Amino acid sequence: MTPPGGITATTSPEALSTELPVGRSTGWWGMVLFVTTEATLFACLLGSYFYLRFQYGPQWPPGDIPDPALLRPLVMTAVLVPSSLPMLWAERGLRRGQLWRVRAGLTASMLLGLTFLALQATEYAELLTEFTLTTNAYGSLFYVITGFHGLHVLIGATMIAWALTTTRGGLDARRDDRVRNVAIYWHFVDIVWLGILFTIYLSPRL
Amino acid sequence: MSIVDTPAPGADRADLDRLDANWAERPSLRSFLTTVDHKRIGRRYLVTAAVFFALAGISALLMRTQLANPGGDLLSPEQYNQLFTMHGTAMIFLFATPMLFGFGNFLVPLMIGSRDMAFPRLNAFGYWVFLFAGIFMWASLPFGAAPNGGWFAYVPLTGGQATPGLHLDVYALGLLFLGVSTTAGAINFIVTALKMRAPGMSLNRLPLFVWAIVATAFMVIFALPALNLDNAMLFLDRRFGAGFFDPAAGGNVLLWQHLFWIFGHPDVYIIVMPGLGIVSAVLPAFTRRGVVGYPLIVLAIVAIAIISFGVWAHHMFAVGLPQVSYGFFSAASSIITIPSGIQIFAWLATMLLGRLVLRTPLLFVIGFIITFVLGGVTGAMFALTAFDQQVTDSYFVVAHFHYVLVGGAVFPILAGIYHWLPKITGRMYAERLGRWAFWLVFAGMHITFFPMHLYGLFGMPRRVYTYPAGLEWDGWNLVSTVGAYVLAVGFLVVVVGVVHAIRRGRPAPPDPWGGDTLEWSTDSPPPAYNFPVVPRVHSLHPTWDARTAESTGPGATADRVLSEGRRTPLTSELDGRYERPVEMPEASVKPLVLALALLALFVSLLFAWYPVAAAAVAVVAGTVAAWLWPGRRPEART
Amino acid sequence: MVTLVPLAGCAGQAPSALDPAGAGAQRVEGLWWLLFWISVVVFVEVMALLAWALIFRRGGRTRVRHSQPLRFVTIAGAGLPLVILVAVYGVSLRDLAALGTDPGRDAPTVEVTGHQWWWEVRYEGVAGATANEIHIPVGERVRVRLRTADVLHSFWVPQLMPKTDLIAGETRETWLHADRAGQYRGQCAEYCGLQHAHMALMVIAVPRPEFDARLARLAAPARAPSTDAERRGQQAFVQGTCAACHTVRGTGAQGRVGPDLSDVGSRWSIGAGAVPNDAGHLGGWIANPQTVKPGNQMPPQPVDAARLPDLIAYLRSLG
Repeated sequence: MTPPGGITATTSPEALSTELPVGRSTGWWGMVLFVTTEATLFACLLGSYFYLRFQYGPQWPPGDIPDPALLRPLVMTAVLVPSSLPMLWAERGLRRGQLWRVRAGLTASMLLGLTFLALQATEYAELLTEFTLTTNAYGSLFYVITGFHGLHVLIGATMIAWALTTTRGGLDARRDDRVRNVAIYWHFVDIVWLGILFTIYLSPRL
Repeated sequence: MSIVDTPAPGADRADLDRLDANWAERPSLRSFLTTVDHKRIGRRYLVTAAVFFALAGISALLMRTQLANPGGDLLSPEQYNQLFTMHGTAMIFLFATPMLFGFGNFLVPLMIGSRDMAFPRLNAFGYWVFLFAGIFMWASLPFGAAPNGGWFAYVPLTGGQATPGLHLDVYALGLLFLGVSTTAGAINFIVTALKMRAPGMSLNRLPLFVWAIVATAFMVIFALPALNLDNAMLFLDRRFGAGFFDPAAGGNVLLWQHLFWIFGHPDVYIIVMPGLGIVSAVLPAFTRRGVVGYPLIVLAIVAIAIISFGVWAHHMFAVGLPQVSYGFFSAASSIITIPSGIQIFAWLATMLLGRLVLRTPLLFVIGFIITFVLGGVTGAMFALTAFDQQVTDSYFVVAHFHYVLVGGAVFPILAGIYHWLPKITGRMYAERLGRWAFWLVFAGMHITFFPMHLYGLFGMPRRVYTYPAGLEWDGWNLVSTVGAYVLAVGFLVVVVGVVHAIRRGRPAPPDPWGGDTLEWSTDSPPPAYNFPVVPRVHSLHPTWDARTAESTGPGATADRVLSEGRRTPLTSELDGRYERPVEMPEASVKPLVLALALLALFVSLLFAWYPVAAAAVAVVAGTVAAWLWPGRRPEART
Repeated sequence: MVTLVPLAGCAGQAPSALDPAGAGAQRVEGLWWLLFWISVVVFVEVMALLAWALIFRRGGRTRVRHSQPLRFVTIAGAGLPLVILVAVYGVSLRDLAALGTDPGRDAPTVEVTGHQWWWEVRYEGVAGATANEIHIPVGERVRVRLRTADVLHSFWVPQLMPKTDLIAGETRETWLHADRAGQYRGQCAEYCGLQHAHMALMVIAVPRPEFDARLARLAAPARAPSTDAERRGQQAFVQGTCAACHTVRGTGAQGRVGPDLSDVGSRWSIGAGAVPNDAGHLGGWIANPQTVKPGNQMPPQPVDAARLPDLIAYLRSLG
């Protein structure tokens, strides 16, 4: 139906009763709820970090473990957080049906994610000589929190690779849906990193 | 008023044939393993949960037999401790929630006028995971390796040092595995209720039962991660030497308790809330009017779902947290009784204004009100820290939560079984057997659990495998044991009644009770596609409402017949406006394969076969990739 | 529920919260009866409404009313409960504060350490230790400092004081007060493993002079053997495996794994409430503690049958 123009368009009963959200697919809702429950899991993890820290006492990290170095995590942030931009760009391409844009955006995001993982691997290689999962509760928290997030980046990158493969046959409603869901997950993995950066790397210096 | 007892007027013979061809499944092993029909899956949830209930019930009978007299020696302490742990764990995780999810699975699409859940394959997957996780946990019992740390498994008792062996690994991995199923189910319920409602069913026409299921699902989404994290940490501590709960390594044992109860208290409502929803669904048929105060009840449901996240520390009143926090949690725990009070009085008002039809489902609702109110008043007592510190971890608290959970979940479940048995099986039950079952269960319940208040006050702690004579505990324990056997006979009569109905019951009409929700406007049992014509809903009580009935009659628009392919309408989230038809997935073996791969993963983690675990992860990833692969048939872009 | 009223009086031998013997438990008992009567009123109210519906709202001629009495539901379901809850909450805060008050700087302090599955008891400033029984002076508040050597336990003497948990890695405090002499049974209330059922303790309230004498005995070496049998028993104890785990003050036995046995002869039970403390049970316990209390840390003792009576005689003489 073609909406009539002018003021009548914005004041017509239909315009007034237009509700948000409009026309979301079941897949979109499913992914949003999945991300919500995952976000709660990360919230519990970071909450556990602060609980153990403040129950432990004044010196944190405990023992001989020095405050975490900042340079590398900041570089990792600079790699991961902007990786949402090509994803947003790809999503816009989706709306216009530009397959090349979708592909290029997804690929760029995935490469940035893999770079992040490579940086994390070098960080682990260094830190594991200083302390491990079993050293103390701090070691357990550090490796579980960062490792769990790293796992999410890996899963996200795999999902992007998978979505790229599905677009080989061009785009249609189902493929759009897949790409949108992968994008939601990727943005989530990105945003969570900021919480981890603050908790693990910045908060011990406060 | 039924749509299909005579040829459905809105859909012609050709439509019905097409619907049948597209939806119906022939009974075969293949269709058994691959079905995605929410009704079959719902029935499976109900039956499987009932089997786990029986196992947990037999555990309880063994324990009650042991405790009948002081110094009982039927069970060794090791056996007793595994049995009480499995009793609690199974009743909470493997019976209550899956049973109510079973009702939800069967009923939610029918009540909202849809042809299936939003994600039928995810639904099938959820069931298989639940089944395998249940077997995973129960299978440890014959080997003497069952969890033995109590259902809330406090560290450090459950750590690797105090309890070596597989016991707590089974607990942690089993609950993580099961959590996959519960989370999947919760997401599915929410999306189904948001997007799959029949056109015209705006949120303020959503049946109360569906409201309850949705609120429950939201609580699962926000509560379950805390439990999953707790169990993951426990497993890492036990298996790989992490230090989360080890004070010597800078960890803290109370972290377990906080995380556990951040999940655990909402979980009480996760169990009770769908039960309350069943009560709201059963009452209209047997009082001949709608439930009083629909908006108040919806508000109460939402309020409970939110407040339940702010009361966890009342499970830790004896731990010695700061007094200020006790003041807060005590107040919050008192306040949460109010939404339950609103619901109780709304139901009482419904009964006082309606005309009671005293059939078995209503008997169980009355039993529910009596029992739940008693559990509620002791619950309000437990909100007061000083009193809680005296009676927590005694048999008084055992009495309290059995009143709440048997009252708030088991009685409504029994009401639901009798209420929907005609719809689920297509057969009527024998009323006399139903009445016998009610009186036996009701009497058995109170004979078993009421005396526990007394010997709890008399100082008997819970979780003791034996007790000495001469402390005034003996006689009352014997009464409880006798009651437990009465209760068991009552449940046996329920089973006999259900089997009798399936075998000998007379065929059920589409609407034997004169119910108000949409499931009563289709056949008993419903056809595979649920509704020949998806109705257009005009009121809160669509089956009592002539306009809704007319909407499926002659002149029903083709966009609600949808007989080509497996299709059902999508509607808007709030107003339930028609958006577009959506293609539903067909039967598939992938859900079963994925669940089996996860089972392999968890079993190999349990026995530390890490290469097998890695292989299982690869299979999981491959199956998910294949499952979600967009089909070859292109669909128009929107 | 009304059956409870007469019952409360007859809880003579039970360690009953309804038969309080000290300030802490009395507070909670008062709170309980308040809550109990409120509950009776609430329950009767609901039952009356239910009965009304069942009696007057049945049968074909009952006319269904379609009104929506939201006000009734709000007042009866939310308003009245809110008033009651606020009032009761206020009362309970006073009780909570009373339970949380410090017993004072001069109060005697008992150090209790939970073990799987027994209670180690020491008095601040006194060298000796005992197990599974706590002596307190009548009419005085005694501070109890709670620690655990292994898993969580909970310290509960229903007639004297509500529970306080023993938390691994932390210290908790509570207090005891008895206003009449007597023995008050307590038991671990937090599930602590295999023998959680056998982790009882006895609080023995005695007049102040007796309490002082008790502390003096705890500070002194254990009673020396006085008969030949006891002497032989002591020798067997000190030279045998017993001394590896148990202490008897003033002898060579200084083991610290199990309870200090310097006054074992006078204790109220063996194995933290597992069996009564008499010669027969003691013999059975020494021969094989695993049949009496399976899973406890004491292995069966290879004591020569001829030596066993001496050992029993010696242990019975301690205290």
